[in-house]
Amino acid sequence: MKQVIATAKKIVASREYESRIERYQSPLRMRAVPFLTIMAASMLTALPFFTEGPLLPPMGLMMLLAWRLMRPGLLPVWAGLPLGLFDDLFSGQPFGSAGLLWSLAMVAIELIDMRAAWRDHGRDWAIASLLLVAALCAGVGIQALVERAPSLWMIMPQIIASILLYPLVVRACAIFDRWRLAT
Amino acid sequence: MAPPSHRRPGYSRKAQYSLFAAYVIAIAGAIFAALILLISVADPRGFAVLRSGAAELTAPIARFFDSARRSVVDVTHNMEGYFDAASKNAALNKRVKAQAAKLVEAQAIKLENQRLKALLDLSSDELIERVAVGRLISSTSSNSRRIATLSVGRNQGVLPDQPVRGPEGLIGRIIESGPNTARVLLLSDPDNVIPVLRLPDGLPALASGSGDGTIAIRPVDLGVNPFKKGNIIVTSGNGGLYPPNIPFARIIQKTPDGALAAPLANPWASTYVVVMKPYQEEAKAALSAAETPQTDKGGE
Repeated sequence: MKQVIATAKKIVASREYESRIERYQSPLRMRAVPFLTIMAASMLTALPFFTEGPLLPPMGLMMLLAWRLMRPGLLPVWAGLPLGLFDDLFSGQPFGSAGLLWSLAMVAIELIDMRAAWRDHGRDWAIASLLLVAALCAGVGIQALVERAPSLWMIMPQIIASILLYPLVVRACAIFDRWRLAT
Repeated sequence: MAPPSHRRPGYSRKAQYSLFAAYVIAIAGAIFAALILLISVADPRGFAVLRSGAAELTAPIARFFDSARRSVVDVTHNMEGYFDAASKNAALNKRVKAQAAKLVEAQAIKLENQRLKALLDLSSDELIERVAVGRLISSTSSNSRRIATLSVGRNQGVLPDQPVRGPEGLIGRIIESGPNTARVLLLSDPDNVIPVLRLPDGLPALASGSGDGTIAIRPVDLGVNPFKKGNIIVTSGNGGLYPPNIPFARIIQKTPDGALAAPLANPWASTYVVVMKPYQEEAKAALSAAETPQTDKGGE
């Protein structure tokens, strides 16, 4: 037990004021953190937020876009599929809808990256907003296949909230990234 | 300098092939997801096992945060009670006195109702059987469907198509049930259509959620729109799922083809909710009981 706690402390602590000699990155942490944070963001719907309409932004998708745009090449192109299917378990959408939309979003960013050599935060925000709006609207469209879906006006607050909250998610992502790469 | 592109891995064949494979897998993954989506569109309950498994996993977390939230709400509620307590007390006393007479009247009517039902050989007792008592622990707040997670499941006897009500009124119905959690389709979901009637005169209508917390009420007789702001709507018991006379909603606004109503029960404020047996069995029994004397008469 003591050993477990010690290793846990080693993983969690940033050790900012310790010697920097003979310290190594944890490869597991380096690879797992993006996936784990995106999955945790998808699971936020399990918390007791009760809203009268759809209001909570799609946190999982925002986290995915933030990681992908901040660190190109870190997430493989196919990462949208498993993470999307995981998100479907918690979102209440028909199963497979996020799997499809997130995969398409990853491919879309890849296509954008082929054309644009330069990206800054503003352009990242614009790309993410575009994809978020497209994904939310497509989500309602997919729902309309299964049952009576509400009008697109209903998700307007959610769209605005997710566009405005995106920089905050990027900031959270940056904090995780710093921790991920810390020795 | 522009950042080096990760899409041009240089001359390494291995890197080139693995990048190409990643693209192929990505496209194949999108197609695979589309196929899964088609399956789940064709059979919306097909992946219920996976979903309820996920709900089971997160239920402890949701329970913990829910109880934390509730205790905070309780504290603020208790503190609110002390503000203008005297005037509130006076107003409540006045209301109790005014309602005492009505209560006696209602009891008399209930008694008469029982006698009349006994006369008609309708077993009026135990019309509404409770299956389980639980609380709503989370809801799909990022999705336009209005589904909440309930803290009881199949182990407690909760099965799909059972109505759920709170102390203030109807909340929804069960659509999927896992071992210890269940998913409740709330009234405000567009997919939830409920036969209702207006209270004083029994005007029949159909209610369906509009997805934003309100409910659209449409009268069965088209062409007339007799709804007024403040009217109380209760369930009618038609269709055999929801028991009759459960408080349902209050009209808040008239629309061209009906009215908009706000549900009386607030799913996230009700401390406990009750899962009931579907009304169907009782309805069928009542129907056959009502039919048998008629056929007897016909025979005579």
